[in-house]
Amino acid sequence: MDSTQTFQVFNRGPSPGARLVFFAVLSLLLMFVDARFRYLEAARSALSVLVSPIQHLATLPGTLWHKSGDFLVAQSRLLEANEVLHRQHERDSAQLVQSQSLLQENKQLRNLMAMQQRNQFSVQFAEIVYAEIDVFKRKVLINKGGSTHIQAGQVVMDDKGIVGQVTRIYPWLSEVTLITEKNHAVPVQVLRSGLRSIAFGAGNTSQLSLRYMPVSADIQKGDVLVTSGIDGLYPPGIPVAVVEKIERDPAYPFASIVCSPLGGVDKHRHLLVLSALPALPERTQATPVVTPSGKAGGN
Amino acid sequence: MSYLDQAHPEIQRPVSNLLIMASVLGALLLNSMPWQGLWLSLRPDFVAVAMLYWCTHKPLRFGIGMAWAVGILADVSDASLLGQHALSYTVLAFGGVVLSRRIQMFDLREQTTQVFFILLLTYAVYALVHWQVSGQVAWSYLLGCLTSTLLWVPISLLFQSMRQMRVDRE
Repeated sequence: MDSTQTFQVFNRGPSPGARLVFFAVLSLLLMFVDARFRYLEAARSALSVLVSPIQHLATLPGTLWHKSGDFLVAQSRLLEANEVLHRQHERDSAQLVQSQSLLQENKQLRNLMAMQQRNQFSVQFAEIVYAEIDVFKRKVLINKGGSTHIQAGQVVMDDKGIVGQVTRIYPWLSEVTLITEKNHAVPVQVLRSGLRSIAFGAGNTSQLSLRYMPVSADIQKGDVLVTSGIDGLYPPGIPVAVVEKIERDPAYPFASIVCSPLGGVDKHRHLLVLSALPALPERTQATPVVTPSGKAGGN
Repeated sequence: MSYLDQAHPEIQRPVSNLLIMASVLGALLLNSMPWQGLWLSLRPDFVAVAMLYWCTHKPLRFGIGMAWAVGILADVSDASLLGQHALSYTVLAFGGVVLSRRIQMFDLREQTTQVFFILLLTYAVYALVHWQVSGQVAWSYLLGCLTSTLLWVPISLLFQSMRQMRVDRE
């Protein structure tokens, strides 16, 4: 009966086939747990302590290159850049004074109308250690992590607009998912008309798309989209994208709108991480309320 | 091209575990360099090729379990789904261990074709998982399979010479 079985002189443990099945099932299990639940974050951040020296070492040549480039810059260019920055600073400070008086006015008006004040937020500076880790994903790693009190969900922007959102925290690094990642959503508002929508990342290109916008929606090419602040996560009024192309095909109920992000989603090295905003009051559960007329209504 | 014909020029010294670990960690380092854009899709998977070398040449020292553990580390450093690299590297190591005797019989040029199919399978497993999770197939990712195959000869020669150097020294 056992004539097909080979005779083993040395015990070498389970056969390769058995090992393959064992480790493949283990991997599949891990993937399932990692994709569905968040149990493995602790293990991941513990393992990242092992990996992060390698990552630091790998980015060292790039960092040294940038640093030596910074060091060996000509004085004339520095002077020029300084001049430009000075001018911009003067221009900006004039506008800042104006905007501060507007802010004050807005605050008073909101007080008069008994509306909630806009939340203030502070920022942390961070630098991209590592761009585009994988062909598939649009993510970057920044050099601030759990040790500097970064939290998952914080918003990352540069001087022009929203860049992404912190999605995973390591002790010294954190992972930022760019807004162009597939299915990443940002609640936006058209600056010109106040129309609200949600901008989704297109995934394979560095573009965003507005879905479920009716063909008749008041939106034009060149419109600027800013965050609407409705989700309580993104502070309102930060530029996100500019509308690039609108296709209105009467055969479809929705227009196809392509936007390009304003923030340098894959350009800059220096980013700002906005501190977490105070949480909004918990949304009350929609309990059926029996009205006198006998109809059930939600809140 | 005489150096391509001698897969096993001399009887080689036993490999230290240190060399194996250092080479795999070095490959992990090369993998996590900041590659971008087209270079990223052309980047060979150094870890896969290095592990395949050890799986085919030292199947009892570097096996499926080790490949799985390295895969987990690669997942952490890539921030991919925990287990995604581990699964594809498990398949890679299985291919390497099972075909180790056959591959060692060929010279380097013939080995390359064999290695190509193992690497293709590895890349396909990774892409398959990605397709299942996110619903899009990244064809550009499979380019890396070709460059990884091209890396087989240089890496084999490098590791062979490293094992050779130990003979000269002592």
